[in-house]
Amino acid sequence: MSEAREISIRDALNEAMSEEMRTDENIFLMGEEVGSYNGAYKCSRGMLDEFGAKRVIDTPIAENGFAGIGVGAAMAGLRPIIEFMTFNFSLIAIDQVINSAAKGRLMSGGALECPIVFRGPSGATFQVGAQHTNSFDGIYANTPGLKVIAPSTPHDMKGLLKSAIRDDNPVVFFESELTYSLKGHVPEEEYVIPIGEAEVKREGTDITLITWSKNYFLTEKVANALAEKGISAEIVDLRTLRPFDKETVLNSVAKTHRAVVIQEMYEIASYGSYIAHVIQSEIFDELDAPVGLVSSLEVPMPYSKVLEPVILPSVERCVAKVMKTLEGAL
Amino acid sequence: METAQNTNNLYSSGSTGMDVELIANLYRQMYRIRRFEEEAARAYTERKIGGFLHLYIGQEAVAVGTMSVLNEEDYVMTAYRCHGHYLAKGGSAREGMAELFGKSTGCAKGRGGSMHFYDVEKRFMGGWGIVGAQIPVAAGLAFAQKYKQEEGITVAFLGDGAVNIGPFHEGMSLAALWKLPIVIVIENNGFAMGTPLEKTAPVDDLSIRALGYPMARDTVDGHDVFAVRSAIHTAARRAREQSLPTLIECKTYRYRGHSMADPAKYRTKDDVQEWKDRDPILVMGEKLENLGSGDLKKQIDEEIENEIQDAVKFAHDSPFPELDTATDYCMKD
Repeated sequence: MSEAREISIRDALNEAMSEEMRTDENIFLMGEEVGSYNGAYKCSRGMLDEFGAKRVIDTPIAENGFAGIGVGAAMAGLRPIIEFMTFNFSLIAIDQVINSAAKGRLMSGGALECPIVFRGPSGATFQVGAQHTNSFDGIYANTPGLKVIAPSTPHDMKGLLKSAIRDDNPVVFFESELTYSLKGHVPEEEYVIPIGEAEVKREGTDITLITWSKNYFLTEKVANALAEKGISAEIVDLRTLRPFDKETVLNSVAKTHRAVVIQEMYEIASYGSYIAHVIQSEIFDELDAPVGLVSSLEVPMPYSKVLEPVILPSVERCVAKVMKTLEGAL
Repeated sequence: METAQNTNNLYSSGSTGMDVELIANLYRQMYRIRRFEEEAARAYTERKIGGFLHLYIGQEAVAVGTMSVLNEEDYVMTAYRCHGHYLAKGGSAREGMAELFGKSTGCAKGRGGSMHFYDVEKRFMGGWGIVGAQIPVAAGLAFAQKYKQEEGITVAFLGDGAVNIGPFHEGMSLAALWKLPIVIVIENNGFAMGTPLEKTAPVDDLSIRALGYPMARDTVDGHDVFAVRSAIHTAARRAREQSLPTLIECKTYRYRGHSMADPAKYRTKDDVQEWKDRDPILVMGEKLENLGSGDLKKQIDEEIENEIQDAVKFAHDSPFPELDTATDYCMKD
């Protein structure tokens, strides 16, 4: 029966938070609209009713303030889940995430602990303009002291959010407005997914496509398009950005000998560049071509619906990059 | 609203002036900080201490007056000028000095430095370097105390240079909204680094910042350790009994520059002397002598001198962190 159960990402996240909150009184959810409004994207639907206003806490629009309160509460023994309505607004609070949460343990010689989750949607949605469209994967992934999680499927969202809530370190957890309604298999039974483990989501032999977050779904489309051309693509869904699961990536690329990273970040100083560096420095001899990288074009996101798809990675751009990487092999 | 004019007389210098034990203790705590920092300054000029060194010299009555009415379970958090608060909350002089020397025996194992002192067991929670950012974090400590229905309260310190930055106001706003048991103490030493207060804020009494949230407020002479005690006592009781926040401004002065790198040319020697003339350590020392406790004062001086010299020696003799521990303490396994 449970095999057949399909639920949306918003419900998977809701289950993850609610299940953990039932087991530990010290966990609370705080953010804008998380309570009576049931969450800007309805991820916390019903949670105020179940857990009450002490543990599902609506905040004023003051990201630095409530993120900082979360950090202090974590240092005093609570386990806060801080929801950013979008990670665009986390820039107001980024000082608390990076300078307070991520650095407190080191600065105190290990005396301070900060078990906190900062979660919310990140990356592009449709036509919300430059200030509401940005990938922050690289900024947070470049911060020692944080764990950074960017899952794709409902199954991974639930299992990883539960792990994030149980982790004793500060965790940044990326979701996407575009996939909250997306449904997928989520078992009824309790499960967690360890932080730091990538997953081969599709096996293939000709090329490895490395991606994370909602771009996993784009990458499946890319793999389907390649299949029609007789090209067998393997997909590695990173799921966690920090720590980086080098082993899974290198094993896959050592098998296929070619790799393309598909990311929504801008290319300069990006996470994909780091992956390419690791592959090339660790298994250079296994590579039959340079590692390819598909990223957003280097411009803040314009509004018009015809421009947005040009900026973001598309099936066409990804397929073209794969074909270039495969040049001479076909 | 509390004001400096109606402070509780129980804690003012007038009515408790004869309490030798209390005066001796306040004197001891303030003098301990003073001597610790004088030796730190010396070690800095000898290049045993690196980076920034922001001295608290002149402001001791604020930290000592405050801690003298707090309990063990109360949290304290402050900004980067943190040695005084650390020592006054019970931090060890040895571990503090070793931290300045970057040694593995330091209170942050050589990872924090001057701006990041901690003694989490004593509930001294640091030592934070981004101006104003510690106020929401401290409010979070108070939030947790209320959430867990604990006895303690939180006291958060900031400088006058922090009253114009957003996080201070967000922290104040949430502390008032959620009725958090916190006392927020502005140490107004007249300068945001080298910029005088009149160029950064259009008010004389910074506690007026409390009005809009609103929360109770007080402005006191930060050189009068009894006035500080009284104000904090009242505010702490408000936090403990009613779970309400208070903003207190202590008008004080730092005798040294903003950091060791600052010759403080933005003020005159007379400006500084005016405050030094009524130095709280001097005043408490004289009070002890006038009460016929000159011998006690001498004994305290000796004890503190021994403690500080021992701390310097301890710091000097302690080992640096092992190089293969460079990435330790970042993550919990």
